[in-house]
Amino acid sequence: MTMPTGQQPPLTLDTFLQGIWRDNPVLVLMLGMCPTMAVTNSVQNSLAMGLATTFVLIGSNALVSLLRKLVPGAVRIATYIVIIAAFTTVVDYAIQGVSLALYNALGAFISLIVVNCIILGRAEAYASKRPVLHTVVNAAGMGIGFTLGLVMLGSVREILGSGSFLGVALFGADFQPWVIMVLPPGGFFVLGAWLLLFSWLRRRKPKSSALSVAVRSHGL
Amino acid sequence: MASESIPFIFVNTLLINNFVFSMFLGLCPFLGVSGKLNTAWPMGVATTFVMLVSSLSAYALNTALVAVHLEFLRLICYIAVIASVVQLVEMAMKKFSPTLFRALGIYLPLITTNCAVLGVALLQTTREYNFLQATAFSLAAGAGFTLALVLMAGLRERLDLASVPKIAQGAALSLMLAGLLSLSFMGFAGLGG
Repeated sequence: MTMPTGQQPPLTLDTFLQGIWRDNPVLVLMLGMCPTMAVTNSVQNSLAMGLATTFVLIGSNALVSLLRKLVPGAVRIATYIVIIAAFTTVVDYAIQGVSLALYNALGAFISLIVVNCIILGRAEAYASKRPVLHTVVNAAGMGIGFTLGLVMLGSVREILGSGSFLGVALFGADFQPWVIMVLPPGGFFVLGAWLLLFSWLRRRKPKSSALSVAVRSHGL
Repeated sequence: MASESIPFIFVNTLLINNFVFSMFLGLCPFLGVSGKLNTAWPMGVATTFVMLVSSLSAYALNTALVAVHLEFLRLICYIAVIASVVQLVEMAMKKFSPTLFRALGIYLPLITTNCAVLGVALLQTTREYNFLQATAFSLAAGAGFTLALVLMAGLRERLDLASVPKIAQGAALSLMLAGLLSLSFMGFAGLGG
């Protein structure tokens, strides 16, 4: 389970960027779907949820990485879950302290960060085998990727569904909001549409514009 | 103490606020296991069982935690209870139905990280349901999850025979389907009054 530190691959830009583009949690891995759909009816909620998850992700993965040589293999999942639950409790109380309105808007989904598959997934697949520095950098990338995914969904849903962005009205008073977008079905439709767009982009890639060659040669 | 009647809680949780379609809980197994009808059923039933047992244990645990003023340990305790119940179901299934055990594969231990299960436990605590209300709530949540899973599996089995544009295959199409189902579940909104 543990490798000697000498054999570690070096810390590259890819360690950080992996979560943002190639293995984006929301758009590629499709992990952590529940909060993704549930809280993205406005940009503000998406941003708050993304940052809260990023904090739990970095904190818990760093601790998992620190303890990786001490935790016996048989009880590792239970240990990881308890670590994640501890960090989630911290976030839960912190948000409650900072803004009660935000706390009520996110509801049970703050506590539910604990069962966000992406955190446990990264703890098992990455943090349990790598040194702390790698883990923190990678978790930060994953967290930013997750936040980015949420904000992409949240922006579309808020602009179409309420005609505003971060609470600022974009259109005139005549704008008829497309209410379905902030309701549950909108979440499914918007994520489906983003996935369609990305799968279309991926299929175009083999024709290889200069840009995509450059992007691929940098290992993105 | 919440004063909602048992039938109201049941209908409300099963149809109006269906866990999958309007509260977005339990989406990972919903998208993962809904490929075939014959795995969707047992998965739904297993999840319902875990929900019922863990929610009732959570009810007892919460009473104990409130009594000793340790509410901040709630989340950690709940997750530990759920993990043990899942372990129990896994062992029982391995003994009584090895074929099913293999068919469900990784999704069985993943019930632990099914947010619907933790969601039931947390929501019945926040809503301050009593014992009977909590039972009705978790049964209805499980039934709603099973309903969603089975509906989706039926649709996806038909979909396998249809010809779909290449770029829409896979996750994107499943999400669109889920959106349509969710749209039709919104029609139940007037039911509770």
